[in-house]
Amino acid sequence: MTGAQILCESLIREGVEVIFGFPGGVVLPLYDVLPQYPKLRHVLVRHEQGAAHAADGYARATGKVGVCLATSGPGATNLVKGIANAYLDSSPVIAITGQVARPLIGKDAFQEVDITGITLPITKNNYLVLKAADVASVVKEAFHLATTGRQGPVLIDIPRDVFQEEAEFVYPDKVNIPGYRPTLFGHPTQIKKAAKLINEASSPLILAGRGVILSRAYAELRALAEVADIPVVTTLLGIGCFPETHPLSFGMVGMHGMTYANKAVQSCDALIAIGMRFDDRATGKVEAFAPKAKVIHIDIDPAEIGKNVRVDVPIVGDVKRVLEVLNRDIQPAKHTEWVHQVEAWRVEHPATYIRETDQLLPQYVVRQIYEVTKGDAIIVTGVGQNQMWAAQHFWYDKPNSLVSSGGLGTMGFELPAGIGAKIGCPNETVWVIAGDGGFQMTIQELATLAQEKLALKIAILNNGYLGMVRQWQELFYGRRYVATPLSGPDFAKVAEAYGIVGLTVTEKAQVIPTLEKAMAYPGPIVIDFKVVGEENVYPMVTPGASLSDVVEEPRREVPRWRQPQQSTP
Amino acid sequence: MATAAAKHTIVALVENKPGVVNRVASLFRRRSFNIESIAVGPSEAPHLSRMTLVVDGATTAVDQVTKQLYKLVDVVKVSDITEEDMISRELALIKVKATASTRSEIMQLVDIFRANIVDVAPDSVTVEVTGDQDKIGSLTNLLRGFGIREMARTGRIAMVRGVAGATRAEE
Repeated sequence: MTGAQILCESLIREGVEVIFGFPGGVVLPLYDVLPQYPKLRHVLVRHEQGAAHAADGYARATGKVGVCLATSGPGATNLVKGIANAYLDSSPVIAITGQVARPLIGKDAFQEVDITGITLPITKNNYLVLKAADVASVVKEAFHLATTGRQGPVLIDIPRDVFQEEAEFVYPDKVNIPGYRPTLFGHPTQIKKAAKLINEASSPLILAGRGVILSRAYAELRALAEVADIPVVTTLLGIGCFPETHPLSFGMVGMHGMTYANKAVQSCDALIAIGMRFDDRATGKVEAFAPKAKVIHIDIDPAEIGKNVRVDVPIVGDVKRVLEVLNRDIQPAKHTEWVHQVEAWRVEHPATYIRETDQLLPQYVVRQIYEVTKGDAIIVTGVGQNQMWAAQHFWYDKPNSLVSSGGLGTMGFELPAGIGAKIGCPNETVWVIAGDGGFQMTIQELATLAQEKLALKIAILNNGYLGMVRQWQELFYGRRYVATPLSGPDFAKVAEAYGIVGLTVTEKAQVIPTLEKAMAYPGPIVIDFKVVGEENVYPMVTPGASLSDVVEEPRREVPRWRQPQQSTP
Repeated sequence: MATAAAKHTIVALVENKPGVVNRVASLFRRRSFNIESIAVGPSEAPHLSRMTLVVDGATTAVDQVTKQLYKLVDVVKVSDITEEDMISRELALIKVKATASTRSEIMQLVDIFRANIVDVAPDSVTVEVTGDQDKIGSLTNLLRGFGIREMARTGRIAMVRGVAGATRAEE
């Protein structure tokens, strides 16, 4: 068997069904054998960045490993942004790159680049495979690393002549990596301490992150919250780990988090941080973060403990396993006064309020997507204002229902990640909520969408600006709009040119009928919503400020806020 | 948590594979860790190399150094042995200007420090000295008066005393 065949056999052993890739010289021996493996569906992207994002979107929507493939040199470097994106959000992605033939390595050969060197700081581990006989064990190790411990991307670089070299195919049963032993079970003494702290707290708060989703600890989290009557707030990437229509759910924290969620963080006496890493966008000014709280931090990565925020009770372990043990020691409780307090803040500071106007507001579009899908959809966002509105104005009840680039903040993620999500979840409704800026970064993937005939729905919140940057220029740079006003193509026409249905919406009254039409249409569709240009995302904690200093919508009228539970699901 | 002691000695056992030193160095650069010295060589186990690192605790979060090192898949074991009863050694080769009149004085100093003369030339001697940082520092200061032509100095290597080997390869 050749190295290329061994690679395909190994991928099938790992349950891979889809590879997002783009061919090139040194990976030809691999592409040549692909037809022998009909179980491996190859999706041809139009730029390797799209392959990496699609693999990432696939991984996030399905919880399985996403695989992308590129040739050496420029193909490999085009993957870099997508690998970095997966790394910062702990997404299990396997990137396979071709390398020049072994005798040429180090000679600056055509399309040679040191991709293992380049991706050193943005992969969990990477491999240059120098023998066909090593391919199987490397694939086994790579999948093990990508999916265990703190998950993340792994890159496998394979020279052309290794693809062609003959070797015996033996797929190993297990891996032996002496330096890799993730701590799964939390220390019992620490868990006891945490339970005591929770049981004695009068205003406890759960701050849940993506670790809950990666560990599939939804039931355990919900049990903890319900038994001990603890309000739950999440990070951006934690959205969906706890049903957002649950009475104990109080939304997202951070820079554009809900005022009441941030107030809860600043007022609680016990903060139970679960599967999150205290990113600066979530904490605001670290010194002023959760000033009254004893902090319990549960995370699988020991290096996250105490990195950004002081922690009183650190617990290193897999969130699900830790919560299973912790929940045994949690006494049923009622924190009626505290929960009512947070609820009262929600009424006073309604982050989800959309002002009454005839103008076409981007928030309104997001809310109507929630209405037409009845909340039963996977939402894939770009980065910036569209992302924050998608987080604020849609209620996510299911894990993996929000696919968004958090850590790296990658514009251009939306379309290819949406393609990956739809391929992974063909029976789900998948909406891409994009901005006109980010969408133009990977717009060529419309061709992939058309070729794969995927029923992906795309809503472009087109405000003619790089909106989030413009907002910062408005608020912090004296409204001097430098390089943020943005022209774009007629997106509907572009879509049509790719053979995709394209629609344009300019009036508020058209929103609902157009969305309904999109839902009824069985194929891909692009809707260009010409929304208000200078709309800002509120609430906002200005950069460097504490979570206590929330700036709210200045145009906000007297709140006529309705409970989302009553109006929506 | 690491104590505030200024100089920390950290021992890491790493897989003896190509690129491991690069991975460690890349980690230090990326996280802005301030490393004073690093010494790498074989350990008692053929598949493992042993790294000894000296980290300035005043400028670098030492517990982050050990935790981040642990995250590298090729790093098998990390121990901060600063608080342990340990033996630490550095080696220096110092080429000193020497004339007929100064040579015997230099040799006396070398004797006092239990160092060795490993090369003699008409106008210089080369001194080999091993010991902890202070000892090498003192000898260097004394020799500086004669004129140091060239100096090569290793990083620190260290080991915990006695049988309780926190830094052993096995277990």
